[in-house]
Amino acid sequence: MAIRERLSGNEAVAYAIKQVNPDVMPAFPITPSTEIPQYVANYIANGEIDTEFIHVESEHSAMSATIGATAAGARAITATSSCGMALMWEELYVAASNRLPIVLALVNRALSGPININADHSDSMGARDSGWIQIYAESNQEVYDNFIQAFPIAEDKRVHLPVMVCQDGFITSHGVENILLAEDAAVKKFVGEYDPEHYLLNASEKMAIGPYAVSNYYMETKRAQRQAMINAREVILEVAARFEKMTGRKYGFFETYQMEDAEYAVVIIGSAAGTCKAAIDEIRSITGKKVGLIKIRVFRPFPEEELAEALSKVKAVAIMDRSEMFAATSGPLGAEVRAALYQARITAEVVNYFYGLGGRDITVSDFKTVYKNLETIAETHIVTDMYEYIGLRREQTEEV
Amino acid sequence: MEKTTYNFKEVMSKPERLAPGHRMCAGCGGTITVRTVLRALEERDKAVIGNATGCLEVSSFMYPYTAYEDSYIHNAFENAGATLSGVETAYHVLKKKGKIQENFKFITFGGDGGTYDIGFQSLSGAMERGHDMVYVCYDNGAYMNTGTQRSSATPQYADTTTTPAGKVSAGKVQVRKDLAAIMAEHHIPYVGQSTFTSNFKDLYTKAQKAIYTPGAAFLNVMSPCPRGWGYEPSEIMRICQLAMDTCYWPMFEVIEGKWILNYEPKNKLPIEEFLKPQRRFKHLFQKENEVLLGKFQEEIDKRWEELRNKCN
Repeated sequence: MAIRERLSGNEAVAYAIKQVNPDVMPAFPITPSTEIPQYVANYIANGEIDTEFIHVESEHSAMSATIGATAAGARAITATSSCGMALMWEELYVAASNRLPIVLALVNRALSGPININADHSDSMGARDSGWIQIYAESNQEVYDNFIQAFPIAEDKRVHLPVMVCQDGFITSHGVENILLAEDAAVKKFVGEYDPEHYLLNASEKMAIGPYAVSNYYMETKRAQRQAMINAREVILEVAARFEKMTGRKYGFFETYQMEDAEYAVVIIGSAAGTCKAAIDEIRSITGKKVGLIKIRVFRPFPEEELAEALSKVKAVAIMDRSEMFAATSGPLGAEVRAALYQARITAEVVNYFYGLGGRDITVSDFKTVYKNLETIAETHIVTDMYEYIGLRREQTEEV
Repeated sequence: MEKTTYNFKEVMSKPERLAPGHRMCAGCGGTITVRTVLRALEERDKAVIGNATGCLEVSSFMYPYTAYEDSYIHNAFENAGATLSGVETAYHVLKKKGKIQENFKFITFGGDGGTYDIGFQSLSGAMERGHDMVYVCYDNGAYMNTGTQRSSATPQYADTTTTPAGKVSAGKVQVRKDLAAIMAEHHIPYVGQSTFTSNFKDLYTKAQKAIYTPGAAFLNVMSPCPRGWGYEPSEIMRICQLAMDTCYWPMFEVIEGKWILNYEPKNKLPIEEFLKPQRRFKHLFQKENEVLLGKFQEEIDKRWEELRNKCN
């Protein structure tokens, strides 16, 4: 029987950690993810789990120790946000190339500067090339569900890649919502015992990890990582199917909302999808206009073909980015979706929006404007800019 | 600890845990440090060896070959302390859960670049948290892997590629950081500073104590680099002896906060004796730099007195 609760996103992740009972958790506090290690420390202090917490002196050391513990043969996790993950940057690549199935709870927050503690995807989007699987959530329920699914995905022998489980800072991490929790025993059974094939503390087989590999080996290493990322696609779906059996909740690479007959679509990641759904309901009930939404759950591996298929019948698409990359074309999600559409020869009009940077609110009314703009673009076939902004104060757009 | 007496022949006959065939330079002090420290492991004990990026790492674990007879992990330049603390913590959990029965020891090596400088924070954190591990710094007094750039372990006035002696420069401006003392101030159970003596007893016994003292331990081992220092590779043992006899490199240990001086030269030699055989100090022997030799000697004398006071 599922347990009904009211939890914040951070509490939900901490509760999942308690149920999984990992071996080692090195972590360093940073807003807004700080509560996660705090809750875990409390579970440990009260003897509820036997995880060993390592009180590292920085996030760089948090990921370094997580790598050490995982290489040693333990199931190890950590949690961080923003600049904390930026400090781990070098180690993210090391974790992925060493094929260590680490699970990282990332509470998305804008990167400095200026220093800002609110929701923004610049931290994880910046790390999109590090070789980590990235799974995003709209709600507390989703981040809890994703966190539990992350272990069997990461640890699958076809994959062996680290997984970043992302939720929006404050909006999701601190917002308290109703949630359905799976029972402890069910979660434990779902994730299973961690049983690595090769590890440092295996007394019957020595192992060396982290070699110096010159140009005659490096490229094959990267290709092997890509293969793991390719394999991850089917594993993610298998794990989702297994999860659905346990909970009844269905997951894929992305969620479609009112897309069956949609002519105008938004593609978005994270908590703002909820606001967009409210706008869709309103528009459809008042005007009957065919508006829909695709909410990306899995950004790495990126579901190019499936996404292109889902967008194959729409007239215009608005891709919504919650982080900058200062490219002439667009933001990171914009670039990926455009590439997918181009490759599939889909000729829908596309516009890319930046929204919510540094935690700026996006409202139902903003989404209504987006859909209105899509209608105009579909009619006129004129896209004035590769990218536009939502909620930007216009007097500042030209400032340098 | 089982052996209280030191038998040179017996110790040197123990199986090597760093296999030959690695690519370190002929006469490298770092390799001698690694072999001596690993020899101090009881043969029955298993170990995980850690390593910061540096000469040692890129020369001893070039894919697909490893020179280590034990399990080994290299992560990056600045995080050998944190990485091994993760390994050590995993060991305790897995042992507690009954997944491992054997005894493992944890030893990590870093050069002075990875230890005094870029890895200083990670080292400090690992020592402060008291992981049951040994951090061994093979101190060759500069970033040798990248071509002899100065570190905070480089002695004052040394000619390095980033502190070159020139028309208006007499080499490195600053004096050395005293890392062993800083580690002792972490109040860990064991800190030792050593280099190579003719029978290797000092380093061997310190390594034994460091490995078999429960808790965090730090070893600082002067490991001369013939290329970076500019001396004949065959001269390494004489260089080490001169470092001790001039009191440039004091041999001491700090056991549970108690400072112990392990070697006091009968005749303390002038610092010139240590500096003269090394190309990196050649410019100090030009007439106009005589005063700098005096300053070098003053710093040596001051630190030696400070150390003797701590050891009393």
